[in-house]
Amino acid sequence: MIWKFRGDLPIYSQLVEQIQLGIVSGSFQPGERLMSVRDMAAEAGVNPNTMQRALQELEREGMVYSQRTSGRYVTEDIQVIERAKKRFAEEQIRRFLEAMRKLGYQQEEIISMLREGVGEDADS
Amino acid sequence: MPILECRELCKSYGSVRALDNVSLSIEQGRVIGLLGPNGSGKTTLLKLANGLLTPTEGEILIAGEAPGRLSRSIISYLPDHNYLADWMKVRQLMDFFEDFYEDFDRAKAADMLKRLNIDSEMRIREMSKGTREKTQLILVMSRAARLYLLDEPIGGVDPATRDFILDTIIRNYNPEAAVVISTHLIADVEQVLDDVIFINNGKIVLMSSVDNIREEHGMSVDQYFREVFRC
Repeated sequence: MIWKFRGDLPIYSQLVEQIQLGIVSGSFQPGERLMSVRDMAAEAGVNPNTMQRALQELEREGMVYSQRTSGRYVTEDIQVIERAKKRFAEEQIRRFLEAMRKLGYQQEEIISMLREGVGEDADS
Repeated sequence: MPILECRELCKSYGSVRALDNVSLSIEQGRVIGLLGPNGSGKTTLLKLANGLLTPTEGEILIAGEAPGRLSRSIISYLPDHNYLADWMKVRQLMDFFEDFYEDFDRAKAADMLKRLNIDSEMRIREMSKGTREKTQLILVMSRAARLYLLDEPIGGVDPATRDFILDTIIRNYNPEAAVVISTHLIADVEQVLDDVIFINNGKIVLMSSVDNIREEHGMSVDQYFREVFRC
């Protein structure tokens, strides 16, 4: 997994988002055992306490769970993963629409351009 | 009890105030960046913690005691210059550390040296600057100390060496120890820090967590630092 961080957001929230993305995109499989906090922190190049905080947040969200003795695992609940995936998709759409409106496009134009784009994508 | 505590600490060199009324405390389990421009008092503070300097006023406590026999046994210090005898071989240095520090883990040091292909028969003076810095850091981090004081550990090393140094700090993380890293290269270390202390003209300007600064100001600690210290 490749980790990338921007300067204008807390590191922990970016970790949460990137791990969520890893889970919904299948980089982390349902039920997969995660590396130790320290190893994950080393891989991402971040402070172990920050990684710990991110994983606790993901636990609260139900994306991962821990078993006292054997470590942390990705949830096996496909519905939880699907819901998170949908949230990401909605966020992408929101950003896309915002950018298009900034460029001055109206709803109808956006929809027709989107159709065109999807069509081209299917051709290639 | 904080692992490092300063109470109204002042240090003067003649008429120059290197540290001015510094009060702070550092808890175990934290990785702290001591950040400030050149000449702001970072090295003076680390030297006071080590007992290499004595306070002009106020006090500095290591695990509740003034620097002395106890603090020497629990602090692992990386000075900002080469302090190792340059005629010594790596192997001899490991003997030396083993004799001096009960908490020195020779196997750990040997393992890290091996990973970096540093020959234990090599003398310090035969090494490039980067290799010398890596060797020093390996020795310092191979102690099971309670407080690591690293003075400019990434100054003047190439990006690969810098990554190794930061990786070593993360992998050696111990919830019972604290790590203080002094540097002015903030962008490079920001991600491995819990908290930062901004110091300028011997005074503490700010103490906060990295993520708090990012949350409150919507910018990295590096950018925020440039804003605070804009000349």
